[in-house]
Amino acid sequence: MAILGAINPMLTAGLDGDKAWHLADYVKRGGYAALRRILEQKIAQGDVINEVKKSVLRGRGGAGFPTGLKWSFMPRSFPGDKYVVCNSDEGEPGTFKDRDILRYDPHSVIEGMIIAAYAMGAGRGYNYIHGEVWDIYQRFEEALAEARAAGLIGKDILGSGFDFELFAHHGYGAYICGEETALLESIEGKKGQPRFKPPFPASFGLYGKPTTINNTETFASIPYIINLGGESYLNAGKPNNGGTKLFSVSGHVNRPGNYEIPLGTPFASLLEMAGGMRGGRKLKACIPGGSSAPVVPAAQMMDCTMDYDSISKAGSMLGSGAVIVMDETTCMVRALERLSFFYYEESCGQCTPCREGTNWLYKIVHRIEHGQGRPDDLDLLGSVTTNIMGRTICALGDAASMPVQSFIKHFRDEFAYHIDNKKCLVPVDVQRAGSGFFTATV
Amino acid sequence: MLSAESLQRIDREIAKYPADQRQSAVMAALAIAQEEKGWLPGEAIEFVAEYLGMPPIAAFEVATFYNMYDLRPVGKYKVTVCTNLPCMLSGGVDAGEYLKKKLGIDYNETTADGLITLKEGECMGACGDAPVMIVNNRRMCSWMNPEQIDKLLAELK
Repeated sequence: MAILGAINPMLTAGLDGDKAWHLADYVKRGGYAALRRILEQKIAQGDVINEVKKSVLRGRGGAGFPTGLKWSFMPRSFPGDKYVVCNSDEGEPGTFKDRDILRYDPHSVIEGMIIAAYAMGAGRGYNYIHGEVWDIYQRFEEALAEARAAGLIGKDILGSGFDFELFAHHGYGAYICGEETALLESIEGKKGQPRFKPPFPASFGLYGKPTTINNTETFASIPYIINLGGESYLNAGKPNNGGTKLFSVSGHVNRPGNYEIPLGTPFASLLEMAGGMRGGRKLKACIPGGSSAPVVPAAQMMDCTMDYDSISKAGSMLGSGAVIVMDETTCMVRALERLSFFYYEESCGQCTPCREGTNWLYKIVHRIEHGQGRPDDLDLLGSVTTNIMGRTICALGDAASMPVQSFIKHFRDEFAYHIDNKKCLVPVDVQRAGSGFFTATV
Repeated sequence: MLSAESLQRIDREIAKYPADQRQSAVMAALAIAQEEKGWLPGEAIEFVAEYLGMPPIAAFEVATFYNMYDLRPVGKYKVTVCTNLPCMLSGGVDAGEYLKKKLGIDYNETTADGLITLKEGECMGACGDAPVMIVNNRRMCSWMNPEQIDKLLAELK
């Protein structure tokens, strides 16, 4: 099981790996009680949304936008089709929490989606699941069948007169489909190229109808908010950063995996839960919110607490909660080279600054890494990033630029050393030893 | 062009979407076609387009956009290794090198007996299990150290 630890857990409380994901297990944990209460007491749509607003649940996919506010943008009285969509296209390097939520507790996502659909008056929903996790997609299909058989989705849910259909859509390998409008295009059977906003999905979404898209973990948090009340949920975290959150810890730690902690928990505690640094080595840097978030040097990171505001003050983003830990065996040029290749590979090609710019970013970092860097390359990289940022339809261009800017800002000497000496500051055999591949014991 | 079983599976996918949105099933239909054929020849893409009532070019756009579709024949087993940063820090790149040496091929090549094609992949959303690799787009293999890789290769016959 890859959920390895927690402090005051909600989302992962009572889970038991692959053994307790079925409907009956979820109900035993108190599942579907929130939905039942809403339907039986006929709680008004606006009241459900207000509860979510009070919780200050912020979108768990990366942008951190307040969920209740997003829901209130949906035209509730709009008479035609409306959709709720779950974004489980988890492909941001470092992020692997939605996979575990769907694997060990798929019904929490289903219940969250049904409540969302009720609150916004949507009749149909889709969960878009990342292409590479086929077994997770299959499990979600099974969970849907269980919910359908129990009358929790379909017509006249639990005799309330409320209808809602929910289906799973399987992706097939495109990072960009994690962008909400690209995801909608993809469900429509097209290549996943983001749409220009506005119009926002709340007015023109799936098939041109009002649509709300939330992340898997966001939906999974909804039943807890309804059960506890918005205020208690908020208090489980810290002001303006409600609740607990799953953090995916990867890289140079002893126990990579998912950890659920209250927002506002010190980074040092999270690192300790993850077994500390591999081989007792020193922390060099950390990317606290997935590959698109700016890198933070060790000393600054050790002062952070894990919440939206603290990480933002350190000049980065909490993003999806993907904490990539790098120790002193890491070559920062090589690390950036790999990230830059990723964005070059995954740019959808629609906007010229991103399509061409990500190619240049990769080419330049690649030549620095391979001993062919030129004296003005760091300035050139800076200029390419400023020419991408803010000039594209979606955020992928910015996501490609922020690592480049932050790596150079914080580790400029290491890049300069590469250019001047045509080799790495960290010897290659030290880098190799850092990965632990040839000494791994599992 | 496709077996009755594949068509049945495609029909189940079509049923997930509003009646006038058959095109929404194209990703699943192409994946099902690829599963049956072992890769995705042009005729299969055209067939899927016709079956769903969409222009062939739109189906080709989808097939060429998403990187799990194989537009050229691959070995009986396609092994895709994640080498992205979080995996790299835990041996993803080393795992790829180890596989290359064992198989005597580079990325995007197939062993002479047509058994295994090696690919370098992007983030699979399983960084905590690094090194990770996927066999034939379906089977995720976690914590692939040298012994685990040897075991996997012995199994792929």
